Amino acid sequence: MRACQTHVSRIFDRSLLRTWFQLSAACLLLIFMAGAGDTAARYKLLGHQLMCTCGCGQVLLECNHVGCTVSTQEEAELRNALARGDSDQLVLQGFVQKYGPTVLAAPPQSGFNLVAWIAPGLVFLLAMLGTALLIRKWKLHPVAMPPEMAADPHTDAVLAKIRKETEL
Amino acid sequence: MARWLGDNRQGRTGAMAAFGSFAILLGLVLCAYNFLVGAIALRQIAVHPQASFGPERLAESARRAGIGSFIALSAAAFALIYCAFTNDFSVSYILHHSNRALPWPYKFAALWSGQEGSLLLWAWLLAAYGFVLRVRHKVDVKLTAYASTILAAVQVFFTLLIVFPAPPFALTQGAVPADGFGLNPLLQYPEMVIHPPMLYLGYVGFSVPFAFALGALMMRYPGEKWIHITRRWTMVTWLFLTCGIFLGMHWAYAVLGWGGYWGWDPVENASLMPWLTGTAFLHSVMMQEKRGMMKSWNVWLIFTTFMLSILGTLLTRSGLVSSVHAFAESSIGTWFWVFLLIVLSVCLFTYILQRDHLQSEHKLESLISRESSFLFNNLVLLAACFTVLWGTLFPIISEYVEGSKVTVGPPFYNRVAVPIGIFLLFLTGIGPILAWRSTSFKSVQRNFLWPCIAGVVAALVLMAAGMRPWQDMGTLYSLMTFSLAALVVTAVGSEFWRGARVIQRHTGKNMLFSLVQLTRRNTRRYGGHLVHIGVVIVFVGLAGSAFNQSNEQEMGFHDSMTIGQYRLVCQSYTQDSNANYDSEYELLNVYKNGKFLAQMAPERRFYHASQQTETMVANHSTLERDLYVVYEGRNQDTNQPIIKVILNPLVAWIWIGVAVMAFGTLLALVPNMSAEQAARPRKPAEEEVPLPAGVGD
Repeated sequence: MRACQTHVSRIFDRSLLRTWFQLSAACLLLIFMAGAGDTAARYKLLGHQLMCTCGCGQVLLECNHVGCTVSTQEEAELRNALARGDSDQLVLQGFVQKYGPTVLAAPPQSGFNLVAWIAPGLVFLLAMLGTALLIRKWKLHPVAMPPEMAADPHTDAVLAKIRKETEL
Repeated sequence: MARWLGDNRQGRTGAMAAFGSFAILLGLVLCAYNFLVGAIALRQIAVHPQASFGPERLAESARRAGIGSFIALSAAAFALIYCAFTNDFSVSYILHHSNRALPWPYKFAALWSGQEGSLLLWAWLLAAYGFVLRVRHKVDVKLTAYASTILAAVQVFFTLLIVFPAPPFALTQGAVPADGFGLNPLLQYPEMVIHPPMLYLGYVGFSVPFAFALGALMMRYPGEKWIHITRRWTMVTWLFLTCGIFLGMHWAYAVLGWGGYWGWDPVENASLMPWLTGTAFLHSVMMQEKRGMMKSWNVWLIFTTFMLSILGTLLTRSGLVSSVHAFAESSIGTWFWVFLLIVLSVCLFTYILQRDHLQSEHKLESLISRESSFLFNNLVLLAACFTVLWGTLFPIISEYVEGSKVTVGPPFYNRVAVPIGIFLLFLTGIGPILAWRSTSFKSVQRNFLWPCIAGVVAALVLMAAGMRPWQDMGTLYSLMTFSLAALVVTAVGSEFWRGARVIQRHTGKNMLFSLVQLTRRNTRRYGGHLVHIGVVIVFVGLAGSAFNQSNEQEMGFHDSMTIGQYRLVCQSYTQDSNANYDSEYELLNVYKNGKFLAQMAPERRFYHASQQTETMVANHSTLERDLYVVYEGRNQDTNQPIIKVILNPLVAWIWIGVAVMAFGTLLALVPNMSAEQAARPRKPAEEEVPLPAGVGD
């Protein structure tokens, strides 16, 4: 098992790691460039970007109100728009014009609403930056630690045994 | 049951309402006494520590008044339940939330089905927590006196709510109707008898660690004992909130009939926010216990958790945000705003005054350490909490700035919160591998090797099995989740393995025995690991949602529908009726790969009292997937039933994961075996094998 571990450790050598990373990045790029979408997928996608406006507060394709005429009508409008060959943007615009901005299940990525999308990421990044600066400050100004225990051969032997047994 | 208790049709109305109102007023007086006299006593003790015996006696009388408030509010809660069981429609609340034909378990649930009743439940649970705290005051008399006084202040607020803006015993105006308007059909489901109390136990429970933290800060409590005292409170509260949230998810899944379990509704978000900060507190508090670090952070985390539970209640009860299951708009919001401002001011003032008491004893020594992983874990949990809060409040902000409301629904959260969740999953895996203070690069390399291999292999196997992450973001996120799940399980599993192997070497017993021994020696650590495994299982269940399939069609006699490997054939559809509701349902034979699997009966009910329609989902659940069938109604033209079928992969794992999380938390609450043994005389034969310091730390 240890031999196997050592062998696998070699795979994770730094030079090899770089090659692995580059290959992975290339693969990911290919993956994202190879997107495809048919009408059924677009219907599902757009239907989940719109809300039912009957007041149920549910996503259009998930509205399960018995006899909800609003969602039935909206779904039909969505199907017609896709059949006409409208682009996704045009379909969403059409719905906003007819039903108002609350028909969109998420805020549009424009104007003030862009703040909705940016704020969480920005706060997260600022918090990360703050933490990094805090850690740096702590490392630069370490607090006075209690004096280390005097070296004791017996303690050292016990610690060595513990490390060996726990592999830490 | 109602017959046994009697019926109020004969005109014996109002007596129990008067008793309930009196009990609430008595409760208010007692908790106000506890707060005022307790505060005076503590002030006297603080100013003249060597003074007379008087302040102690005052503090004791305050404590007893606090205990009395629990008895008074219990009587009030009993009175309301009694009114529900005896159909006392002279009480307006009972008139609006119950009816004669309502089955008795739901009459009990009527207590929390409306604004006034749920606030009474809140006040009662708060008094119950206070009761336990005050009875166990000998743990630390002075600290408990501070906590009890703070808790009494919170009690005063909630009792005031049920005295003034939302009295549960308000009488019906005019003639008393013969029958009530009934309980909301959505609430007539067995889980609804458990879910709200669980959730409230979670919300309310955070008041106790909050009271201890604020009390410890006020009295400049030396050392970390207050954390030891509150640890169990916090864990039990966290467990209740966790179970409450997941029971709510299960209820939404089983009752609402839209095929999902989490809709990012403001009410759901309100429960998630304190859970996120509470989880962060449970992690970072360990840094204070072990290393004397993050003291200010911890104090603010528990303050924030408490304030978020109040804010969540404010959002859903004030009509500030629209929600499917928010309470009706009322003046209660103003009360909550004022209370929230008072709490924030008191916390800020106390913190500013006593912040020198919260100096860290140690600082972070290495970026690659358990401490830094906790720090990042906290950061990510708080980022998730901010995202949820931001998404919940953004419609209000947008309306204020732009003059028009926008919807912040699932697409927003899926895009913003899901990556944060995946990052959190990753941290769940690496945290346990890192050592306190500092971890060597060699150790990191060795401990990460197998988990990383497991993660990569899992991703490759899944892609070979047909997962295509380039198709859509959902599949990509799912693949990442499965891969990270393998990484985390391997990392946590290796922790168990390493520890058990050491014990096995010393005892010569088998691996299973060693695993049990290991866990019993440090229940908190290994219980925590089990909770992490539970979290991973939940994530796996959530990741399955990327592969949902659905189909909807009219299904008359012998019509069939095929979805995935399943074929559903209509056997019959009919109607039924009882005193509570009329129902329509369809009998469907389900075949999997041509073999008969089960018979399902999706149903739609029309409740007489509330005049509302509700769907009863039929669900065939397996570990692989749920076959979720909804009776959507009848086509007006053809009069044939419309059936919607959804295939939800891996959903059962969500509920299994929660059970594992609950088990892990309960395990972490059990005292360590060594402590148990130390408490009783030891036989020579039971000599304990010393466990190396690195294991079970």
